Amino acid sequence: MRQVLDTILSEHTKKSEIIPILQAIQKEYRYLPEEALCYVAKKLHVGEAKIYSIATFYENFSLEPKGKYVIKICDGTACHVRRSIPILEALRKKLGLSEQKKTTDDMLYTVETVSCLGACGLAPVLTVNDKVYPAMTPDSACELIDTLK
Amino acid sequence: MTDKKHMIIDGQIVNFDKEQNILAVIRKAGIDLPTFCYYSELSIYGACRMCVVEDEWGGIIASCSTPPRDKMKIKTNTPQLFRYRKMILELLLASHCRDCTTCPKNGKCRLQELALRFGIDSVRFENTKKEAVVDDSALSIIRDSSKCILCGDCVRMCSEIQNVGAIDFAYRGSDMTVSTAWGKPLAETNCVNCGQCASVCPTGAIVIRNCTQKFWDAIYDDSKRVVVQFAPAVRVALGDEFGLEPGTNVAGKIVGALRKMGVDEVYDTTMGADLTVMEESKEFVKKYKAGKKLPLFTSCCPAWVKYAEHEHPELVEQISTCKSPMQIFSAVIKEHFKQVQEVDGKETVVFAIMPCTAKKDEQVRPEFIYEDGSRDTDGVITTQEFASILKQAGIVFEDVEPEAADMPFGITSGAGVIFGVTGGVAEAVIRRVVDDKSNNMLHNIAYTGVRGMEGIKEASIPYGEGRVKIAVVNGLANAEKLIEQIEIGEAEYDFVEVMACPGGCIAGAGQPFTRMEGKKERAKGLYDADKLSQVKRSEENPVMMALYGGILKNKTHELLHVDYNKREEVAK
Repeated sequence: MRQVLDTILSEHTKKSEIIPILQAIQKEYRYLPEEALCYVAKKLHVGEAKIYSIATFYENFSLEPKGKYVIKICDGTACHVRRSIPILEALRKKLGLSEQKKTTDDMLYTVETVSCLGACGLAPVLTVNDKVYPAMTPDSACELIDTLK
Repeated sequence: MTDKKHMIIDGQIVNFDKEQNILAVIRKAGIDLPTFCYYSELSIYGACRMCVVEDEWGGIIASCSTPPRDKMKIKTNTPQLFRYRKMILELLLASHCRDCTTCPKNGKCRLQELALRFGIDSVRFENTKKEAVVDDSALSIIRDSSKCILCGDCVRMCSEIQNVGAIDFAYRGSDMTVSTAWGKPLAETNCVNCGQCASVCPTGAIVIRNCTQKFWDAIYDDSKRVVVQFAPAVRVALGDEFGLEPGTNVAGKIVGALRKMGVDEVYDTTMGADLTVMEESKEFVKKYKAGKKLPLFTSCCPAWVKYAEHEHPELVEQISTCKSPMQIFSAVIKEHFKQVQEVDGKETVVFAIMPCTAKKDEQVRPEFIYEDGSRDTDGVITTQEFASILKQAGIVFEDVEPEAADMPFGITSGAGVIFGVTGGVAEAVIRRVVDDKSNNMLHNIAYTGVRGMEGIKEASIPYGEGRVKIAVVNGLANAEKLIEQIEIGEAEYDFVEVMACPGGCIAGAGQPFTRMEGKKERAKGLYDADKLSQVKRSEENPVMMALYGGILKNKTHELLHVDYNKREEVAK
């Protein structure tokens, strides 16, 4: 882990670059491990609490480990009126997840909502690890999950 | 009209010059505009909106974050502003615990005070107070985030003034809270126990741990000999709690009051400070002459010691091995009563009245707890706690007759008493080490640059062939700046005094809260005490000679010093 972090820190050396650093860490590990943030805090001479503050402020950062497949269901206005919530409910039911429990125990799937993916013409839309799937229905979403296995 | 730059505040012409914001000008005009989140020494946050004023067009501006402009017209008290302020208070109270009588901040809470001032007799909204989330892991301060109003004073104090950053805001919107990293207990973070967060907290969200009961238990226990020592800074601050003029020296009254309560022996920690001067000077001269790695950092401030352990473990070996005056003195007191104890069978317990919250943590550090479970100091009470003890006992402080401290430790020096203000330790050590012991030199030392409220001060004094370079810092962020300069080779010193609290112990978090003017009065109170004392230098204190020839013989290291390697282990 140290090597990975040192590479990231060699690209971003300033205290003002905490957000890009956190993004790079999240890209690597799909979440922000505590150990990594403590290391960054020490190297940048920034308080751990400051980094924790930034990490918890932005919805996009996660302090919890995420599954192998991160499924983001768009719940922006366009997707919402074209029935994105039933898709969310169907996926949660299929995977045994809820609002609080976002990741399956086998660490395969994480289901979360996002406010708008900027693809309103394709509504309702979802992404799996940043790949976009347009015009979904509850059934097609569940089928998609099966193909991921 | 006047030619100077001026504002018109509520129809009154008020000149301004270097004021950074309208709020400062308004306060100068004698109007006490309410605030929660404004402290002149911290950065401007503009969160509480209590300081809003109306401009001449009826616009609402936050006075804390607006710079004054020439000929600006503002009103501070209009029906609209009154309504806004009341609404802010009502909304804060709607999500706040309102059991004021059982809150540790009762009577000192700004929210309570302003609610009274604005006549909030009912709150229209549903009470959405959160459940109490108490973190009492630290020995100095207790946090209850349910009482937090998110003014951010503690966060800015911790990072801007102390460079510690143990707490910060976490989450956002209605979930926002002040938290340690990962919500860890405070005791497991890099908190140094300086308590400055508690001193600026307007509500009961951060309070200082209360140990008054422990004191009473000891007083009521006939099998114990209760010995109390009180720190130099306490005497010039306690009076604030009883309506005396800021900076009034009440040392005699403290002794008198303690005797009234049934304390067996009362001593002045200034004696401990004298011992510190003796030992620290000896250590400094030894290192200086031997060409050892300098600067030597002072060790009196436990918050600084802890900060160094966390942030600069490489400097720990350069911190003086002397115990702090409190710990030195407690060790001496315990040693002194050892024989008496064998005769009368009474256990000696030492309480220390301190301006400091970090002392509560220092007192139970593993290095100060011995194999048989005994400690140097058995309890630490802050100046504020002592004030409440006096009130509990029903002692009318104004009427207490001043008395002198007990012998054999009752004689103290002026060098020891100035320990309570930033620069005092350095000045006392200079007095000890300079060869020139004339009154003229004594006078000159005071003007070398060690005195004053600045964050970083420098002085240089002639010593032997050359000159000794001294730096004095207060506020840990200033200490950090100085250390950086030393590390990159921009500055070089032989002796560095560090005090964590801005202004030194006189502004410790255990003291009644005061602003810059009050700090200056307290400093003056201590310098006046120095002027009035017959003994100016620690080595001239007759008690020193008696001690070094008596109970300290062959025991100076054991009683007065502490092993630093051990400290490092603790930090890990």
